[in-house]
Amino acid sequence: MSLLTVNNVSLKGVAACVPINVYSNLNYSHVTQEERELFIKTTGIKERRVAKEGMSTSDLCYEPAKQLIEKLNWNKEDIDIVIMITQSPDYFIPGSAIILQHKLGLNKSCLAFDINLGCSGYVYGLYVLGNLLSSGQLKKGLLLAGDKSTVSAAFTDKSAYPLFGDAGSATALEFDESAKTMYFNLASDGSGKDAINIEHGGSRNGIQKDTFDLIEIEPGIAREKRHLKLNGIEIFNFALREVSPNVNELYSKANQTIGDTDYFVFHQANKLINESVRKKLKITDVSKVLYSLEKYGNTSSASIPLTMITEASDTLTTKNSKLCLCGFGVGYSWGSALIDTKPFICLPLIEL
Amino acid sequence: MISAEEFTKQLVSEFEDVPENIIFPDTNYRDIPNWSSMYALIIIAFIDANFDVQLNANDLKNTQTVRDLYSIVCAKMNS
Repeated sequence: MSLLTVNNVSLKGVAACVPINVYSNLNYSHVTQEERELFIKTTGIKERRVAKEGMSTSDLCYEPAKQLIEKLNWNKEDIDIVIMITQSPDYFIPGSAIILQHKLGLNKSCLAFDINLGCSGYVYGLYVLGNLLSSGQLKKGLLLAGDKSTVSAAFTDKSAYPLFGDAGSATALEFDESAKTMYFNLASDGSGKDAINIEHGGSRNGIQKDTFDLIEIEPGIAREKRHLKLNGIEIFNFALREVSPNVNELYSKANQTIGDTDYFVFHQANKLINESVRKKLKITDVSKVLYSLEKYGNTSSASIPLTMITEASDTLTTKNSKLCLCGFGVGYSWGSALIDTKPFICLPLIEL
Repeated sequence: MISAEEFTKQLVSEFEDVPENIIFPDTNYRDIPNWSSMYALIIIAFIDANFDVQLNANDLKNTQTVRDLYSIVCAKMNS
């Protein structure tokens, strides 16, 4: 790897939003009571938030973005760029960032585009937006990361349905010559494209006669080809194989150690995967490893900012902090970041 | 490396609610009560954490008994 860096950019604020509807996995009637209990014990996911019909991913990012701009006292005309990370855009076209540029009342001179990434997307987004701001040509930017994953998970698929929750987020970055360097290690492996996949609906297969046929794959797992499919064993293997070496390499190249870090904010995949990664990294102080998945499930691209504000806002708003962020999943795509933050705004969680 | 018997004992202790006296090295691990794919993930996590060996989907497909798992772990540790 080559060590990637972002200079002259500081993190000014984070806000996140979840739907108000709570779904408890204890009530997941598609599986037996014993299976529900084993699922919750193993994955750690008790509850998830599910957007009602008609609520889109951009709705889940609009509120945090709007409230964050207000709290920061930013003039809307000073916002030069909006990047949206999502794999559940409002429409196939146009991109959701452009919809939000208009809805938020930002200038037409504002750059706006989407990046199609999921669980790794927040870390990628920080790198891309950070680098676009670092020259000072663009001064203020918003990174919006969110997914309405429940739109594509079949109720009759126990391997996907109880894992995911919906969430949106907004992160404010600003050109700042006094900011400390951020370090990144980003990676991709498209050989994993089938492990997490929605087969139909895109330009490869389109909509066909059998797109809406409910097909039983194995007992408890039935879905349509427009639904999300997950290969849990392959994904787990990928996470065990790639994540800890990526993080260790970043620490080594950035000349830092695990012990320097105040908080580890990892993508919230599930407890079994995340705890395996923690053990492989030999992180013994578990209080530094933040979890929000018990209450919100796997929230895809929003998981890292959501976890920051729900689990560590008291510290992040008042103290200088050293954070290790790590996202991994669909693609496969994965990456980690080491960032030093000054106290920044964390809005209370917004419920919509 | 620990014995197959000890391996079995440690593995079973990862399965909460599964009594120790029904699983032996030559038991088909898929016969444990209420078997589900969640147990497969627990097995992978246990083997990764304790032996630093990663089992893939094929490895699991090719195994029946706990002793089969043990043999794969031994082989991968030596390779």
